Amino acid sequence: MTNQDKFELLEQRLGISRRDFLKFCTGVAATMGLSTSEAMAMAEAVASPRKRPVVIWLHGQECTGPTESLLRGQHPSLERLILEMISLDYHQTLDAGAGHDVEIAKDASIAANKGQYLLVVEGSVPTKDGGIYCKIANKTMLEHTREAAEHAAAIVAFGSCASWGGVQSVGPNPTEAKGVGAILPGKTVVNLPGCPPNPYNFLATVMHYLTFGALPELDGEGRPKFAYGRLIHENCERRPHFDAGRFAEAFGDEGHRKGWCLYKLGCKGPETYANCPAVEFNDVGGGTWPVGVGHPCFGCAQEGIGFAKPLFSLAEVKTHTPPNTFPSIEDREGTSGMTAGAAAVTGAAVGAVVGASAVAASKLGKSEGDSSGSNQD
Amino acid sequence: MKRRDFLKVAAGASALCGMGLAEARPNLEPAPQAVGMLFDSTLCVGCKACVAACKETNGMPPVADGDIDYYDSARDLSGDTLNVIKVHRDGNASTKDAVTDGFAFEKRSCMHCVDPGCVSVCPVTAMRRDPITGIVTHHPDVCIGCRNCTVGCPYNVPQFQYDKTFGQISKCQMCNQAGVERISKGGMPACAEVCPTGATLFGSRDALLAEAKRRLTLKPGEVYNYPRGDVRNPGSHHEKPAPAYLSHVWGEREAGGTNVLHIAAVPFDKLGMPPLDERSAASVAEGVQHTLYNYLALPAIALAGLTYVVRRNTDKNDGGES
Amino acid sequence: MSAFKPLGGRMLTPTVIGLGALAAIGFFFLAIRFIDGMGAVTNLNGGYAWGIWVVYDVVVGTAFACGGYALAITVYVLNKGQYHPLVRPALLASLLGYALGGFGAFFDMGRWWQFYNILLPWNWNFNSVMLEVGLCVVAYIVVLAIEFSPAFLERLGLRDVQRKLNKLLFLFIAIGVLLPTMHQSSLGSLLIAMGHKVNPLWQAMELMPLLAIITAVTMGFSIVLFEASMVTVGFKRPSESHLLSGLSRAITGLILVYLVIRFAELLVRGKLGLVFAFDFASLMFWIETALFVVPLVVLSSPAKRSSGRALLIAAVSMLFAGALWRFNAYLITFNPGPGYSYFPSVPEIMVTVGIVAFEVLAYIVIVRMLPVLHDAKHA
Repeated sequence: MTNQDKFELLEQRLGISRRDFLKFCTGVAATMGLSTSEAMAMAEAVASPRKRPVVIWLHGQECTGPTESLLRGQHPSLERLILEMISLDYHQTLDAGAGHDVEIAKDASIAANKGQYLLVVEGSVPTKDGGIYCKIANKTMLEHTREAAEHAAAIVAFGSCASWGGVQSVGPNPTEAKGVGAILPGKTVVNLPGCPPNPYNFLATVMHYLTFGALPELDGEGRPKFAYGRLIHENCERRPHFDAGRFAEAFGDEGHRKGWCLYKLGCKGPETYANCPAVEFNDVGGGTWPVGVGHPCFGCAQEGIGFAKPLFSLAEVKTHTPPNTFPSIEDREGTSGMTAGAAAVTGAAVGAVVGASAVAASKLGKSEGDSSGSNQD
Repeated sequence: MKRRDFLKVAAGASALCGMGLAEARPNLEPAPQAVGMLFDSTLCVGCKACVAACKETNGMPPVADGDIDYYDSARDLSGDTLNVIKVHRDGNASTKDAVTDGFAFEKRSCMHCVDPGCVSVCPVTAMRRDPITGIVTHHPDVCIGCRNCTVGCPYNVPQFQYDKTFGQISKCQMCNQAGVERISKGGMPACAEVCPTGATLFGSRDALLAEAKRRLTLKPGEVYNYPRGDVRNPGSHHEKPAPAYLSHVWGEREAGGTNVLHIAAVPFDKLGMPPLDERSAASVAEGVQHTLYNYLALPAIALAGLTYVVRRNTDKNDGGES
Repeated sequence: MSAFKPLGGRMLTPTVIGLGALAAIGFFFLAIRFIDGMGAVTNLNGGYAWGIWVVYDVVVGTAFACGGYALAITVYVLNKGQYHPLVRPALLASLLGYALGGFGAFFDMGRWWQFYNILLPWNWNFNSVMLEVGLCVVAYIVVLAIEFSPAFLERLGLRDVQRKLNKLLFLFIAIGVLLPTMHQSSLGSLLIAMGHKVNPLWQAMELMPLLAIITAVTMGFSIVLFEASMVTVGFKRPSESHLLSGLSRAITGLILVYLVIRFAELLVRGKLGLVFAFDFASLMFWIETALFVVPLVVLSSPAKRSSGRALLIAAVSMLFAGALWRFNAYLITFNPGPGYSYFPSVPEIMVTVGIVAFEVLAYIVIVRMLPVLHDAKHA
């Protein structure tokens, strides 16, 4: 089958133009920093008329923010994603059916797709008292997650709650809420923290998995490097103000109105790893992300920062841990060592004095030994 | 005069010297309304806002590092840099303010000594200590460029512009030099004003010293409300757990003390501070100088003696024709 | 009749041409220094604000120029008239040394066009050692010029002026002894304010002026020996060893005094451990001390003191010793802090070499033209 045929079939199947489809793939690839040819590979992966990948989607303790966020993705829109690209076999918020039927459908799908389905979890998992604080279909979230995870091909924890516990895990934490990774020891869990998380980081991860059959490269905390490899501070459009020492002192002051750096208002960008300033939110452009609209980053994606550190506490500036462009204590301006030329000239000068003295001394010695006196040549 | 007599005179003069040495002056005391700054290395996040603000306020050009000339990347103080943030690294430099495998920031700028070496050594009074604020000022209109101030400064702060045909000495004057006068106008030095964490804090020397000592009593982890701007009237505060401070306020006593105080969690010698005694070298030098030359008494006595002796001897030798 | 005669003879010898070439190179780089600034020529930096232009041209150079001072003490203060024949050449060398030291201080001044500020009393800072050095050096150059002026006046035949000057000369001679005593000791005092930057093996605080003046006088006697020997050999003149051996006793005596004070200071302040640390500083200390000891060994007996060769070796060793003491304290073991380093650049060295070459050149030209050297028949 030629590519042309494939895309014709795809156009029929998805009801979108080939042009729109390739645009989508290129956009997703760009989010991940992939090349155009890899975007084409993605397009082909989706266009291939094989069975759509199965996705099982669980909800724990949360606000459904990740799903809400995904709803606002425009390319593809959610309906295109779940109706045409993946087979969303179970999702507690979006399922048309309810009750026992969907649970049966879920179990059936897991049984039928062992080792091939993608598990997405949003929300944290309560672990206190056997996890009784979050139950669905008379089963705890703990059980749901462990069961679904057992045969999953890959597990994605979507949002801060699923990634590291989120807001429930901070403070008194009465349910002993934990992230998905914490209750699935030994399993690789892709963490996509954020409150809400950016939908494109999720889409890009899924597309990467579909295309290459493998998860994107992860950092030490299970986060894809393409999305969480850099501090917000590093890509922030207000960074020049930080570097120049122009800080907003209060909301609404002159500096705030002029768009200066929000560090002194407690911005956690310098210690939070996420690509918010690069990807932004809601596809409207124009700096639509917290710092862009004048609110300091509160570190929602960063365990130990978001919800944990007071809003107006100053961030530790992680990028300035060495190595960086700081002169060391011993660095000095304009110090230069001895050059060969200078050493040679010095040697020659001292040598000339010593040599002349030696010649004179020997002449004096000779003249004293020679009675004819000092007027000889 | 016989040789013996001459030696007697010489011995008497030496005895005078010896007596005078015992009267060598002590260190100077802080100026009555001394202002200064407190640099808390543990608060510094290395944003270099103070470096940028300093250059802007003092009209200094950026310093290029090799071919990279689009950023100001001064390695140290120079004729074009009055303030620079440097870093001390140990091992893998992973933890801020840790002594081993840590890193710590250090601000290099004029310490505004209480007993300034530069002021003491300057032959033409181009370096002056403000009698009220204690700010060490520089006056290029009289400076001859001998650079004794650089040599006589324990911290190598005054820097000559070697790269210019008609260069001058540059040093921090707390943004209060003619034409800037931030402190006189009720403001504060630019570096203290822009510092987002209050790592550089402005204020009177007394208030800063009290603040520094208060911080040193904090237990590590104890939350402290750090002021920003002027310690006497902070523009704002922020809360932060205290680090494990080293129990040492640099500048309380070193070489007579400084108006710019430093506190840190890493030993100061690692941060490039010199090995200083409490006695300022300037006070010793001045003691010697004043002993030998007070009212030019000794030279006058010596000259009188010499004139007498030489006169006698030249008369005998048929005139002084040499 | 004067006992001094111009040497005469050919001016354009190969030596003179060679010295002239070196001087020209030096002045070329000096021109660059004035056009493009000091950084274009020197390796000076934030830690080493004083390089060889200060340390050699001024500090060591004027100590080398202490011959006139040392002889003035001998002849006019201690009343040893027999050394009178050595005075004029020594004064010439002192005048040249100081004049060029003053010139060196001028071109080392970062703001040379404002040099006059040091002469204006309302600018004076009486705490400053540098002020004292600057004023004394300026004054001493004038005094040296007056002291040496009889050579000019004789040559010009201005006997009247000379006779009038002679009546007042005792005053200038007295000032000419006082001024070097003041500023040569102060060149040691300059180091006090540098405090910890001066290596503890050299930083003697209150004793710096004493050590500096002793070594300066010793170097003065040594340079007289050195010049006399060089004149003997270079101009093929009769040896003056009989006079010089007397001066050598002063040298050995002063060296002994110096060494006693030097080691006593190290002992009393508990710094002997540094002497035996055998690091770079202690190595330099031992080289320096050895150079001080050589004259004591070479001139240990009256027989040796009458040998022109031994006298020259002792003098050169002492000159190197005094110079190294100054170089060690000001530059070689001087440590302004971690990360700083300094070694003079080639142009910087060539300026100093050029200045020295010019000095020697001027000496040769002047002794050929003016009555400076003692007439052998009068000796």
